Amino acid sequence: MEKLNSKIPDGPLSQKWIKFKASSKLVNPANKKKLEIIVVGTGLSGASAASALGELGYSVKNFCYQDSPRRAHSVAAQGGINAAKNYPNDGDSVYRLFHDMIKGGDYRAREANVYRAAEVSNQVIDHFAALGVPFARDYGGTLDTRSFGGVQVSRTFYAKGQTGQQCLLGCYSSLNRQIKKGNVKMFPRREMLDLVLINGKARGIITRNLITGEIERHGAHAVVLATGGYGTIYYLSTLAVSSNASAAWKAHKRGAFFANPGFIQIHPTCVPQLNEFQSKLTLMSESLRNDGRVWVPEVSGDKRPANDIPEEERDYFLERRYPAFGNLVPRDVASRAAKERCDAGYGVGETKLAVYLDFRDAIKNQGKKAIENKYGNLFEMYKTITGSDPYDEPMRIYPAGHYTMGGLWVDYELMTTIPGLYAIGEANFSDHGANRLGASSLMQAAGDGYFILPYTISNYLADQIRIPKILTDVPEFDETQKSAVERLNKLISIKGKQTASSFHKRLGKIMWDHVGMARNEKGLSKALELIKELQAEFWRDLNVPGSINELNQELEKAGRVADYFELAQLLITDALNRKESCGAHFREEFQTPDGEASRNDNEYAYVSVWEYAGEGNPYILHKEELKFEEVEMKVRSYK
Amino acid sequence: MLDALNKKLIEANNDPVAFDHDCREGICGSCGMFINGHPHGPVSAITTCHLSMRYFKDGETIWIEPWRAKPFPVIKDLIVDRSAFDKIQTAGGFISVNTGAAPEANSIPVKKKNADEAFDSSICIGCGACVAACKNASAMLFVSAKISQFALLPQGRVEAKDRVRAMVEKMDELGFGNCSNTGACEAECPKEIKLTNIARLNREYYKAY
Repeated sequence: MEKLNSKIPDGPLSQKWIKFKASSKLVNPANKKKLEIIVVGTGLSGASAASALGELGYSVKNFCYQDSPRRAHSVAAQGGINAAKNYPNDGDSVYRLFHDMIKGGDYRAREANVYRAAEVSNQVIDHFAALGVPFARDYGGTLDTRSFGGVQVSRTFYAKGQTGQQCLLGCYSSLNRQIKKGNVKMFPRREMLDLVLINGKARGIITRNLITGEIERHGAHAVVLATGGYGTIYYLSTLAVSSNASAAWKAHKRGAFFANPGFIQIHPTCVPQLNEFQSKLTLMSESLRNDGRVWVPEVSGDKRPANDIPEEERDYFLERRYPAFGNLVPRDVASRAAKERCDAGYGVGETKLAVYLDFRDAIKNQGKKAIENKYGNLFEMYKTITGSDPYDEPMRIYPAGHYTMGGLWVDYELMTTIPGLYAIGEANFSDHGANRLGASSLMQAAGDGYFILPYTISNYLADQIRIPKILTDVPEFDETQKSAVERLNKLISIKGKQTASSFHKRLGKIMWDHVGMARNEKGLSKALELIKELQAEFWRDLNVPGSINELNQELEKAGRVADYFELAQLLITDALNRKESCGAHFREEFQTPDGEASRNDNEYAYVSVWEYAGEGNPYILHKEELKFEEVEMKVRSYK
Repeated sequence: MLDALNKKLIEANNDPVAFDHDCREGICGSCGMFINGHPHGPVSAITTCHLSMRYFKDGETIWIEPWRAKPFPVIKDLIVDRSAFDKIQTAGGFISVNTGAAPEANSIPVKKKNADEAFDSSICIGCGACVAACKNASAMLFVSAKISQFALLPQGRVEAKDRVRAMVEKMDELGFGNCSNTGACEAECPKEIKLTNIARLNREYYKAY
């Protein structure tokens, strides 16, 4: 316990951030130039942080593994970005947004951070509008909003189904402005291999140039990780195929505690796997469930085409199990119900791992035109991927790994347990509890980068102004580089028979089968065993061609998969520890008689914070008790 | 298909084929290659990652080449260096507003028509297909998409002249050719960015001098 100090300011919730800003230490403009900051990642949080810190006059170095910062996976977010503007006059407020997020997260997030995220949400929208993000507008020229799952107000700003792309390109443009000014230096096609600590403080990183293979050292007064989530631990997910946890994981092994690793959101409506070589599960917006009806055949193994199955032989299982909410139950409930039907043998399609999402009735009642207006682009995308036309036959959908609520533990200032190391965006744990509400990830990522970190980081850097430029020819850099290179050499010298991707695929299957939407002690323990066996096989039989001194995509993959084997074991340890069901974490042993999640606030109203205790040693659990001063903990029900 | 090919190659102890790819849902712009003589392959309005094998006949020979354009030097196999695109954006592809300095979002109304048109231009993914398709290796569709997005919005008008001068100058400096109105870029663009953007770029450019 004594190791965790969340540094939440005193006073009433609505005054905490104001009070913090008024009292945090500042760095004089002349000193800012001398202070270097490394930002790893160029998604919504990384690019916004790098540009905001550059604007303030710090010397920023920004890294990404892609060929351009514009390709970070925030680009793929579809639905929108929340803010408490209350433009529709429908009763929204900062407090209501905060309350919805706390409740949506099933009371496992930190009140003060969530309130602040809601508080800065309006500034984020102002800033994006000023940057030229073409949000949807009404005829009078004002910004339009739409509704999203789990809330009763219309607070989601959007740019068709490409809000993430537009917001990311907005951040990318502000980043470019700072690059032009010389305040930010951009390092694309670099992978962070390790974090360098000097006297216990984060002072730099070791990177690999992905084109030349060269190992590089970069020093700084502070390091910010904006490296996203670890959803690709399931191999197939809605994430980009190269999204990975390695930077955060290396930081964890250097002393940054990891919080709530077991909280992973599984999105119910994704295009399912069609064949063995598919590398990706594309998301289909959850708005489709407004008009689509979810069903499977009533008879297991029914091979008839969907349209030949008569009404009375269809099982609309969501409507049957949840008559009150029907097809619009929350993400976790819909995902689990689809899995239950498929596990019982009622799945459709060649793999039997899909359910139908049928628009037949909606088209009959509202006309094809009305449906086209609402979902035209999604139907097109579905058709492009599958070759099947949703206007003529039902979509096949299946849940997929989507967003990780867990991440590096951070205090109120977004600093990890390593002084000088920060984690922002999806890489940290702080705002979404056990389940994230739609359209709040873009909001949090941009809020962290533009409006929170620039204030909190000065509180630390104000005490670093006497530290001269961090030189990289010191023993700490030597040692960290040596261990990073040793590991690359180890990976490449195994010269076994199997590819990194084939191991990743097998790891993903174990994770999906036992550590996915529904978990139980037996399955989790079995998964832990299987993963240890597979990990041993990996280090025995991996085949990475080529050398480390050249462009080598297989080497990149191998390093990421190797880290996933370790993270997977922590994730399972966390899932085993949490003997309750909350949000996306559903333990089959802990459910109500009618199959709903059963939370245990008496024993588990805490953040599980894990300390790495060295190779082979058991993890040390720290608990950050969650105190709810403003919100009363309640049970969610959808029946 | 390339994943399958590479698995086979590695298992036979050969070097895999290097290619850029990431999101696999047609939005990040990483992937891009000439397939049977077309950027992103023979099917229109999709990226390489969405080009399914069902579009080809069984046993068909498929020709795959990297982007061919002087400003996009080949790095390895199918990977080319597209950093020239970033350099053009750095030259002027932004609106100069500091964090915290933005006015209230609704204080500047934007005509819905303009906002929608700006959106249609803004969806460029920066993949480089337009340059690869162009006989002049022109980047004008790419540049014009960004110029149009900002030119159509009141927020972008303030710096419109400086922006268009800086971006066009950088584009020329990096060795991209000029537009001769063939329209191959529009035909091959996976996001269907329209040639009318280039017309707007030219108008903006003339106005800037």
